[in-house]
Amino acid sequence: MSGFAALLTRDLRLAFRQGGDVANVVAFFALAVILFPFGVGPDPDLLARIAAGVLWVTALLAALLSLERLFDADFQDGSLEALSLMPVPLEIQVLAKCVAHWLTTGLPLTIIAPLLALVLHFDAAGYPALIAALLLGTPVLSLIGAIGAALTLGARRAGVLLSLLVLPLYIPVLIFGVAASEAAALGLESRPHLLLLAALLAGSLALAPWAAAAALRQALE
Amino acid sequence: MAGRESKKSFTGEGLACRRGERQVFKDVAFALAPGDALLLGGPNGSGKTSLLRLMAGLAQPEDGAIAWNGDAIADDPAAHRARLHYIGHQDAVKPALTAEENLAFWAGMRGANSGAADALRRFRLDARATWPARYLSAGERKRLGLARLMASPATLWLLDEPTTSLDAEATEILLTAIADHRRAGGCVAVATHAPLPLPGAQTLSLADHVTGRQG
Repeated sequence: MSGFAALLTRDLRLAFRQGGDVANVVAFFALAVILFPFGVGPDPDLLARIAAGVLWVTALLAALLSLERLFDADFQDGSLEALSLMPVPLEIQVLAKCVAHWLTTGLPLTIIAPLLALVLHFDAAGYPALIAALLLGTPVLSLIGAIGAALTLGARRAGVLLSLLVLPLYIPVLIFGVAASEAAALGLESRPHLLLLAALLAGSLALAPWAAAAALRQALE
Repeated sequence: MAGRESKKSFTGEGLACRRGERQVFKDVAFALAPGDALLLGGPNGSGKTSLLRLMAGLAQPEDGAIAWNGDAIADDPAAHRARLHYIGHQDAVKPALTAEENLAFWAGMRGANSGAADALRRFRLDARATWPARYLSAGERKRLGLARLMASPATLWLLDEPTTSLDAEATEILLTAIADHRRAGGCVAVATHAPLPLPGAQTLSLADHVTGRQG
């Protein structure tokens, strides 16, 4: 457990020292969302209707943007090799890195999403469900993303490959995330969708660290 | 076999290694007792790093077996990882963290929460402890990497070209550290080009085992 805490602390410390990475993700998210009113016109009804979808798709892309560096820096400077030889199981280490990744991308995205929802005239009734869905869904993005990041480690043009690999796997999160947010905005029950998101989170929490760790061992061999 | 090797704690038998299409070496054997040192020699590409990686369990041998006290290391990789320090070509130093934070992190990953300050002192880095590692010279970064050896205990040290970019003083510190480690019953395997004065060390030249054939 001390290894988990040590790695989590180190990754958070690195993220804060090199604050640009977090700022980039948040700025990308905000800018991409703000483009939509310019693109589709300022009609409040139209914006309100697409708001949940726009927020989720851009959050997904913003998270994807930051995935490439999840293991790459450690791979390049030899840290990953050293980490794989630590007594702490690699699976636990992957989990620590995913938690750090979520705290520096998913959580900031969840925090500013309500502000951006305002820009899109998102219905006030949908906010609690939107935030709950993002809180449940964004960790899944980090966990599934870790598998993709580990599989593409060391590949040329890893970024493009990573998107091709990971985006299709994000579709369930997108579907239930948007459904939960929209259902609440339309006055319907959002609970089933949130429960499905929670199930996705539980499933990826259990499986993703193992898959990513196996891919990392492959990359190191 | 187990009877004959019973005094030896770290052994390898009939090891063969393949990187892609190329067979790097075959029929390599070693046996280290507590306090023993092994110097791996051989030209570039003869497989010194590959052998160290096999010893660390980072890769699996194509043939042969590596054992600790008679038990194959592949059977219990977690126990093997807990007993070894592997210092590779790369320093695994994060430029954004201070020297002390870098070292304390690696020690903390091995469950040792003190010892970083002492290790920095031994490698004459205490004056640099609060510097971000990006301001360290190549030799200082190498010393910081090697200080991991002192920051947390491990029985088996696997060192890949540890003296690269070290000055005479730092090399002396490393040799003293290795001597102390051996006196305490530890084993060490060093891959090196430069001859290292390790008293009583076994030498293994991989040049004699290079197959150099395709396929």
